[in-house]
Amino acid sequence: MFRRLRTDDLTTTIFFDGRPLRCRPGDSVAAALLAAGIERFRTTPVSGTDRMPHCMIGNCFDCLVEIDGQADQQACLVPVREGSQVRSQLGTGRFDAA
Amino acid sequence: MTDAPRTHCELAIVGGGPAGLAAAALAAELGVETILFDEQPTPGGQIYRNIEANSRKHDALSNILGADYAKGLALVERFRRSGAAYEPLSAVWQVSAAGKLGVSRKGRAYLTRAGRVILATGAMERPVPIPGWTLPGVMGAGAAQTLMKASGLVPEEPTVIAGSGPLAYLVALQLMKAGAPLSAVIDTSQKGLFETGFAALPVLSGFGRDLLKGLSWMAALRKARIPVFSGRNLAVEGISRVEAVSFETRGKRQRLSASLLLLHEGVVPNNQITASLRCRHVWDTAQMAWRPWTDEWGATSTELVAVAGDGAGISGARAAAHRGRLAALDAACRIGRISRAERDERALPERRHLQREARFRAFLDSTYCPTEAVRRLADEAIACRCEEVTAGELRAFVAEGFTDINQLKSFSRCGMGQCQGRMCGGTVARVLAQSLETDMETVGYYRLRPPVKPLPVAQLAELGNAERDLRPSPLGVDGDPSQRV
Ligand SMILES: Cc1cc2nc3c(=O)[nH]c(=O)nc-3n(C[C@H](O)[C@H](O)[C@H](O)COP(=O)(O)OP(=O)(O)OC[C@H]3O[C@@H](n4cnc5c(N)ncnc54)[C@H](O)[C@@H]3O)c2cc1C
Ligand code: FES
Repeated sequence: MFRRLRTDDLTTTIFFDGRPLRCRPGDSVAAALLAAGIERFRTTPVSGTDRMPHCMIGNCFDCLVEIDGQADQQACLVPVREGSQVRSQLGTGRFDAA
Repeated sequence: MTDAPRTHCELAIVGGGPAGLAAAALAAELGVETILFDEQPTPGGQIYRNIEANSRKHDALSNILGADYAKGLALVERFRRSGAAYEPLSAVWQVSAAGKLGVSRKGRAYLTRAGRVILATGAMERPVPIPGWTLPGVMGAGAAQTLMKASGLVPEEPTVIAGSGPLAYLVALQLMKAGAPLSAVIDTSQKGLFETGFAALPVLSGFGRDLLKGLSWMAALRKARIPVFSGRNLAVEGISRVEAVSFETRGKRQRLSASLLLLHEGVVPNNQITASLRCRHVWDTAQMAWRPWTDEWGATSTELVAVAGDGAGISGARAAAHRGRLAALDAACRIGRISRAERDERALPERRHLQREARFRAFLDSTYCPTEAVRRLADEAIACRCEEVTAGELRAFVAEGFTDINQLKSFSRCGMGQCQGRMCGGTVARVLAQSLETDMETVGYYRLRPPVKPLPVAQLAELGNAERDLRPSPLGVDGDPSQRV
């Protein structure tokens, strides 16, 4: 859905559901996932439908994912960290998944 | 940024956009010990997001974002030089009436005590609850712009922008410059700039440039042959993601396919903290939003707390910086660094600029009505994204007699999800007001409680007795027990 204007500065690697993604230091986790074509960040606890980031500034909570074992992280606010393990959050997410 | 959290300061500022940056820089220059907390990794706020990195390289992105964006660098540079302490990636989840801040940084929560607090938390895009707006592929126009500023991401599949307000046009222009496949703009304002713009010219003497900017955005879209429709009653079509958007135009229903639909109906104050503090709020009829009541310095009805920038009512980035400086002057005066006479003297130029901005804002408010966000919601439209409650379900609760907004919240679960009512508060109140045929003031707003950002129990537990270790604030004001963490 999105492309990067520059691709020569993708020096960080994170993992999404086990799959490695190259990204730019300074990217939010949400930007890194969207750049990789990921649309399903989480599913809702009520009806189980897919959600993707909507606001990108911390208000809608549709970007919630699990980052390094911690559920309920706002992917649009958390910067990528080398080697981070990100997982899509299904329903309410796993409690203390680490 | 230091690693040990600072536990005291004379002035705490929440938010690093133009209002917070201008306030922090001036306060620190006047000798006030100041800390600025911001959730973002770098200073700039929403408008000047990532300005330092984007100014260092003169590449495609700086050209796309344009000259107005580049102006933000001066604010950030003055802030960096001022000596104000800066805490990025720090979310403020509580402000108490006694000046105690709860902050969460890098997975750890801590408390800081401030003698005075300036909230500069800015604005958020007004939620646009049309049928299908929760589907993947539907975002705010500002959200797409954020991806562009922060990470240089641009849409690569057919994109439609639908909405009202200058930001919708600005984003359209920026996406176009970036080479995104923008297939159409749907203007929902029902009163385009063309119709009202020229009539308003005499009132707007001195605003020629701003107005021309608006007109040139339109001209650029026309030149690029991007169709601009006037549309209303929008609905998103798609099963697992957006496939198309449909709307009414000239009495007919029209459908445009889209992979990405960007909605925008203006911005509204981000007032979670003032609401949780129970500051007095006023309903702004022109902007169709609640804002905290303030005096001419930005002081709220809560003794130690002031608000500056769009969080105190939408007035734009330039006004935000002036309002930030007024709040800083008042803080410096209350803390004893400058006299009242000096405060008043230094305020004069800021007030002159603000008067100019206010005239332009009044014009914008009357031109760009958030029509789609405030019309009667379709029954099937989701009002609360977190708990997935539709407008129809809300109306059924109202019909059963749940006519108090907080009662409605408890029974419908609207406002009880992760976003704590940020996305549904205005909508639920409006559905209620429309059903009861009353006004927004009568309906009121959700009763919010801290933490205003969800805090993992583990972080809360770690806080332990941290509160006990906090010495009294420099101004020696201590707490109201109801505001304890
Ligand atoms: C997504 C978006 C994009 C926009 N783009 C433009 C544009 O291109 N041009 C334009 O003229 N106007 C734009 N606007 C309008 C613009 O936001 C304002 O006019 C201007 O930025 C207001 O400045 P401010 O200082 O009041 O707040 P902002 O610039 O919004 O700054 C507020 C800051 O507070 C931080 N914050 C909020 N809550 C907390 C908390 N609890 N803890 C810690 N930090 C917090 C935020 O992260 C943010 O950095 C945009 C608005 C939005 C929502
Ligand atoms: S995208 Fe809205 S909170 Fe992250």
